[in-house]
Amino acid sequence: MSGTAYSALIDGTDHSGLSRFLSALPTVDQVGAEGRAAMLGTRSIKTTSKAYAIDTAISMIDLTTLEGSDTPGKVRALCAKAVRPDPTDASTPRVAAICVYNDMVGVAREHLDSIGGQDIRVAAVATAFPSGRASIAVKLQDTRDAINAGATEIDMVIDRGAFLSGNYGKVFDEITQIRQACGSGETRAHLKVILETGELVTYDNVRRASWLAMLAGADFIKTSTGKISPAATAPVVLVMLEAVRDFQARTGKQIGVKPAGGIRSTKDAIKQLVLVNETVGSDWLTPKLFRIGASSLLNDLLLQRQKLSSGHYSGPNYVTLD
Amino acid sequence: MSLFKYAPAPESRAVVDIASSYGLFIDGEFVDGTGTAFKTINPATEEVLSEIAEASTADIDLAVKAARKAYVKVWSKMAPAERGKYLYRIARIMQERAREFAVLETLNNGKPIRESRDVDVPLAAAHFFYHAGWADKLAHAGLGSAPKPHGVVGQIIPWNFPLLMLAWKVAPALATGNTVVLKPAETTPLTALLFADVCQQAGLPPGVVNIVTGAGSTGAALVSHPDINKIAFTGSTKVGKAIAREILGTSKSVTLELGGKGANIVYDDAPIDETIEGIVNGIFFNQGHVCCAGSRLLVQENVHDEVLDRLQRRMGQLRVGDPMDKNTDVGAINSAAQLARITELATTGDSEGANRWSAPCDLPAKGFWYAPTIFTGVTQAHRIAREEIFGPVLSVLTFRTPAEAIEKANNTPYGLSAGIWTDKGSRILWTAARLRAGVVWANTFNRFDPTSPFGGYKESGWGREGGRHGLAAYLKEGEQS
Repeated sequence: MSGTAYSALIDGTDHSGLSRFLSALPTVDQVGAEGRAAMLGTRSIKTTSKAYAIDTAISMIDLTTLEGSDTPGKVRALCAKAVRPDPTDASTPRVAAICVYNDMVGVAREHLDSIGGQDIRVAAVATAFPSGRASIAVKLQDTRDAINAGATEIDMVIDRGAFLSGNYGKVFDEITQIRQACGSGETRAHLKVILETGELVTYDNVRRASWLAMLAGADFIKTSTGKISPAATAPVVLVMLEAVRDFQARTGKQIGVKPAGGIRSTKDAIKQLVLVNETVGSDWLTPKLFRIGASSLLNDLLLQRQKLSSGHYSGPNYVTLD
Repeated sequence: MSLFKYAPAPESRAVVDIASSYGLFIDGEFVDGTGTAFKTINPATEEVLSEIAEASTADIDLAVKAARKAYVKVWSKMAPAERGKYLYRIARIMQERAREFAVLETLNNGKPIRESRDVDVPLAAAHFFYHAGWADKLAHAGLGSAPKPHGVVGQIIPWNFPLLMLAWKVAPALATGNTVVLKPAETTPLTALLFADVCQQAGLPPGVVNIVTGAGSTGAALVSHPDINKIAFTGSTKVGKAIAREILGTSKSVTLELGGKGANIVYDDAPIDETIEGIVNGIFFNQGHVCCAGSRLLVQENVHDEVLDRLQRRMGQLRVGDPMDKNTDVGAINSAAQLARITELATTGDSEGANRWSAPCDLPAKGFWYAPTIFTGVTQAHRIAREEIFGPVLSVLTFRTPAEAIEKANNTPYGLSAGIWTDKGSRILWTAARLRAGVVWANTFNRFDPTSPFGGYKESGWGREGGRHGLAAYLKEGEQS
């Protein structure tokens, strides 16, 4: 499948064609991209459209904990929150997925299944997350471990060192191998490729890395690990959405986008949805094609949701800890 | 069919208090005019907003006398730093009352509230802040050690940026020690009248700023008044030429900011997504009612189709409608007369064989509206490539080589603005050096700043406004005696 898109766009198989293709992508003007993102940030989303945006954003969350201090108890609490984000309001949508390190995948899957959360997916960060500094053998084993434990989504990191040194072929090969390790057919785990845009720095790099990941078979392109700042800034997400839009125009394939890191408020989340709406269009406003990697964001969305239905603000004790 | 429809987000008009009628602002007070009062409307709804006094020749005479008296007795004698303080005070009040100005501007002009709020009003205040700083530093402006003001300045401004053009005119005139009689455009007097209120609030000495409302005949009376020392005009080339003829043989100085037919040049290595934004901004900002609009798109032929595909897709997303809605991108045409002018010129595009494409959008039933439109297949021989449409209509032409781009860009009686889109720095410099345009933007468009001079070559005008160069328009060179 990825092979088709690749060979339709790129000559040869030795990766020299890949380098030429990526280098020939249109450049990004920094001032212009930041200006466009800032302008879209002024959109005023009120009343019914705000209610729609809040529920859509909740349903797109990959509820995440990626700490050295994660324990089974912590992960189970997160799972409970994912299934019932607002215990006082059963109409609140569930989140899309739980995102954890691969040793917590089994705990998460088992607990979700036991509390009626079969529809919530479990995503594992893999491939020597967050730095990506390991051999491909280790990265593949990391991926297989997660899938064997029940992960249905793999959030892999690219080798930024290889990318920045111009070794696009290495990055490409790693992605295709991890994609193969994700399995095949109906049960294939979805592959999200983390670009770590805070380390790629320039928008030109973000655009090239986006295309590289899509050509190599990513189902989603994801901004960041959450361990590096800046993470999912509006212009970075804009550039990635443009890449996804142009990729669809040339191949017919719809690739998802996942901003992660730094999206903490309802306002930020709505700005992300506006970016999607006015860059790739509302087709992408589904958890199948847009996710938000976050943890504290969910409670702010819930507070705003309560405000819309009750007419007044509550406080932090009216939403649950996870 | 969009899943994510933005609910109406109208800005409240409760912040403005529009009187049922307005007089003229002469010698620090509102007085009745002796001409025939006229109505001013909201072009988005055709609702009558207020009735405005018309200044007759006698009223103009009163205003000029007030300005002369203020110049001789107060303003020319005031310490420059004190003049600066008044300008700072005006700038701060404009910021404090920014929402009021923005709402009023949108109601009277038809431009989207997003633009009046984020562009017009902040820039207008910025012009006062900038020129406030110059007031006591004029000896360092490069015009001799003691440059002198002209005296009484007659200023006539257009309807496309009513408050911003007022700021461009009034701020440098006052900073350099002149007094002012200003005539706002017939269709957009309200923010100028609110500015008169700000002058009172700032305690500006009476007569330093006088605002006389009316149409062409009021402007003509101002231009021909014998005690005016200088005329500053922004508007059409036709009226500009008439003013130039009128003042021939008099001692009056004049600066003119006139029309344009700006070339926006897109090379094949341009950063494509930002270029599309720049094209849209260049021609659809302020409904294309912009003298420096990028109304001629010159696109390198080998990327023509891709640029057009992307441009059409982007234009399909423009939100056209209620200017008071905070999410509106393109508002109303300012007047029935302007709509007729746009319609007529665009029709020549059809009859001369260019291909019209308009963004699909529902236009409101009342008010004056024109869908964002592009014409492809345009050549230098088409009227829509030569004449200023002053509306949301873009003419698309192609070129093959950089030299051809320059020839076509310069092949116009105008020379106000141009844009260059390329990733190659050396090509930006090569192109900019050859363009006969007063403002050249590289990889951006319609950016304004009070520190940057603005003005045109050829039929686009005489003189510069803004920056150090703009001061020269309001000063005579002089040495310390």
